[in-house]
Amino acid sequence: MNEQKIVVVGNGMVGHHYVETLAKSGVSANICVIGGEPRPAYDRVHLSEYFAGRKPEELALTTREHYQEIGVDAHFGDPVAKIDRKAKAVITDGGRRFKYDKLVLATGSYPFVPPIPGSDSKGCLTYRTIDDLGMIKAQAKKAKVGVVVGGGLLGLEAANALKLLGMETHVVEFAPGLMGVQLDDGGSTMLRRKIEALGVRVHTGKATQNIKAGTDTRLLMEFADGESLATDMIVFSAGIRPSDQIARDAGLELGGRGGIVVDYHCRTSDSDIFAIGECALFGGMIYGLVAPGYRMAEAAASQLSEDKLAFQGSDMSTKLKLLGVDVGSIGDAHGKTEKAINFVFSDERDEVYKRLVVTADGKNLLGAVLIGDCSDYDSLLQYYLNEIELPASPENLILPESAGGIPALGAAALPATATICSCLNVSKGAIIEAIEGGCCSLGEVKTSTAAASGCGGCAALLKNVVEDEMASRGLEVDTSICEHFSYTRQELFHMIKVEAIKSFAELLEKHGKGHGCDICKPAVASILASLWNDYILEEKHVGLQDTNDTFLANMQKNGTYSVVPRIAGGEITPDKLIVLGEVAKKYQLYTKITGGQRIDLFGARLEQLPDIWGELISAGFETGHAYGKSLRTVKSCVGSTWCRYGQQDSVAMALYVENRYKGLRSPHKLKSAVSGCTRECAEAQSKDFGIIATETGWNLYVCGNGGMRPRHADLFATDLDDETLIKYIDRFLMFYIRTADRLQRTSVWLDNLEGGMDYLKEVVIQDKLQIARELEQQMNDVVGTYQCEWRTTIEDADKLKRFRTFVNSGESDSNIVFVQERGQPRPASESETIEILAKTA
Amino acid sequence: MSVVKILKNECWEDVCTLADLVPNSGICALVSGQQVAIFYLPQEETSVYALHNRDPIGQADVISRGILGSIGDELVVASPLYKQHFKLSSGVCLEQPEHTLQSYKTRVIDSCVQVLVSS
Repeated sequence: MNEQKIVVVGNGMVGHHYVETLAKSGVSANICVIGGEPRPAYDRVHLSEYFAGRKPEELALTTREHYQEIGVDAHFGDPVAKIDRKAKAVITDGGRRFKYDKLVLATGSYPFVPPIPGSDSKGCLTYRTIDDLGMIKAQAKKAKVGVVVGGGLLGLEAANALKLLGMETHVVEFAPGLMGVQLDDGGSTMLRRKIEALGVRVHTGKATQNIKAGTDTRLLMEFADGESLATDMIVFSAGIRPSDQIARDAGLELGGRGGIVVDYHCRTSDSDIFAIGECALFGGMIYGLVAPGYRMAEAAASQLSEDKLAFQGSDMSTKLKLLGVDVGSIGDAHGKTEKAINFVFSDERDEVYKRLVVTADGKNLLGAVLIGDCSDYDSLLQYYLNEIELPASPENLILPESAGGIPALGAAALPATATICSCLNVSKGAIIEAIEGGCCSLGEVKTSTAAASGCGGCAALLKNVVEDEMASRGLEVDTSICEHFSYTRQELFHMIKVEAIKSFAELLEKHGKGHGCDICKPAVASILASLWNDYILEEKHVGLQDTNDTFLANMQKNGTYSVVPRIAGGEITPDKLIVLGEVAKKYQLYTKITGGQRIDLFGARLEQLPDIWGELISAGFETGHAYGKSLRTVKSCVGSTWCRYGQQDSVAMALYVENRYKGLRSPHKLKSAVSGCTRECAEAQSKDFGIIATETGWNLYVCGNGGMRPRHADLFATDLDDETLIKYIDRFLMFYIRTADRLQRTSVWLDNLEGGMDYLKEVVIQDKLQIARELEQQMNDVVGTYQCEWRTTIEDADKLKRFRTFVNSGESDSNIVFVQERGQPRPASESETIEILAKTA
Repeated sequence: MSVVKILKNECWEDVCTLADLVPNSGICALVSGQQVAIFYLPQEETSVYALHNRDPIGQADVISRGILGSIGDELVVASPLYKQHFKLSSGVCLEQPEHTLQSYKTRVIDSCVQVLVSS
């Protein structure tokens, strides 16, 4: 059978979701994507983060390479101009022709620019694509004042963008309130109050009549009420219009005010053509949110398979952060339902507003508005979507606990049909299935169901559901570190700290059983080191260490070790380079440059380590801690000292950071990097903590890593001065050390941290837990008690005794054999070893 | 200088002194030309254990550099290469019982650590 040829026009979020859904469904199809924009799909919802330092690549939802891998033929930058329904083909602007068996229109929408005289002046822009953002950014350089026309959801996003660009920001709205579609008057007023407190000027009930050249500013807006507003830039974000021109030209049925009419299966009036997302009109409505678009994409994709889904409209409830303000809207937010009862809680001091709209019998939730505090959103949404009966006093759901409020809906009360993750459409039932299928941790459920991998807003609810399900099966997740301690690493950390426990033996006696093992011993050794920073080869600690820590070197497959002296920031003098070469030559070591900008010397026999280190230390080297679960390297680019593009001295910063945190023991290894400009040559975004220079300071990224499961670091804070940067890193690292599981890198730790990145920021930046000073103090203690473990070791004859291969002989291990390859030694293979040993015998 | 004391076909070979051992850890000795890992658990009734030093799975002479511990009631050493556990008493590997390290009897006479080797 010939594969069906599917052509998808448009590669926005919804078009991309269609491609992914179809590709994953296993339906055999030949997929071709034609995107009008020059780049593959990206995250339009978080567009304003572009101005907070997120680069286009980071907003990307896919790449050309990924499409290639999954066998999708993708073309970008050449929009489709025409549909030839007779020949079943589309023709692009550039004149290229693509035949289709089924056509999917995901052309999206374009920003509505009101027909105001002067709205095409220079300085008048729109806000939808990355290219739009580029224009805004370019013009912002000469602009002091910026106005957004439109006080809806997108308008406020655009306002955030202007604010991030440092402009005096105004929002002009025709309607009497902000976000009139989603919010009632009370909610709208509270939102305005909060936004104005952030320095954004809001003008509502303003009809713009004319835009003309200004005197001191570039433009002047004139309003119907006779007032005017001087500005340098105007961004129109006053609603969207479906991009339906090619459908119109092809004679497909459209709605009165535009939009391609589709049925439950997202089929247009031509049964071989589908339309999804913001270009489609379903039930007389354009769905301008991403979740309904995704549902349409899924419905349309399913039409090619056996299991046909129907799109039946979609809930428009939404929860988001606008200019940093939490805003939630559920169902009938305006209370238009007949005989509905309203409950309103308003707190002008803390600027929180909550409203519930309830059925006349008080049993069901019809709608809700939340401003300033969305912690009840998930719970309320479940009441609403699943028609769960409300408690006798629904008002308690929105009151503060001190005023009789009750805790959020428990996970157990949710029916199996309840949608937990609305981005990825994961129901409670699917989560239960995953647990029955053998998932036994939150992380495994996340991986298996993809829940909480979209906006992440459901993470807390997901955790509750998973824990509740586990508990109800008596499957309580065993978080014991091993059979000797029924505690997590975090609990052990607290016990050791609070009880000032100084040795493993003491901890085992008080809280453990058995003799310990290769799991708990190194973990406890690491905690002891993080807290008290003793020399790790003290008698009471020596038996706890992995061989790498015991011998302060990295064991290789043949029982020899590699030696990595610290080369902070990757900066090294010629003299020191020569020393490394001389040492390697003298001891016949294999040398290799590491990914962390250091030099690794391989093939050192146990008994050679002290001599090698003696020479290295006298040449001014110190241990590189390559053997420890501790800070490894702080990689750097050459920075402003040499580079034409460098904005800050990244090498000096890397040296400072590496020297500050060297020797810090942590749950897993830590890597860092400093880039001198946004070109990011040091690859800081692949590190546990990465630092990127900006014009005025440093951006801090956290929780990235390379390796087996690479993860880009998240932008944590922007434009920091040196002092604040170090303060945040101190707190971040100590908080990680305190709370992570053993061998949990920062990225996985973050994934499992309840509240995620927002919570981490609250702890580190806003000091929500009031522990910032303590964390800093603890870090200062560790920094202040640093010692080069190799220096301490070679100065102690007693400790050096351990570095003998045999306690009773000066011989070395005759089973270790090397052969030469490419001018350097390497371990001999088994057969080579036998051959060589036979010859020498 | 090692003194060999003959007892039937076996002999106790002097290896080192107690002070040469590292509490709760291991060292390696050459005993009749063989590499033997010697572990010292001062708190235990039998405080000195000896196993062959070669890791049969990782194929390197490193057992003496493993971490000591217990799994259930068994005292074990974990290979530093791939972390399999070997019983201190018998040398049997818990994860892959087809591998067994040769184990040696030990005793301490006047602070002198001795290993029993068969002739």
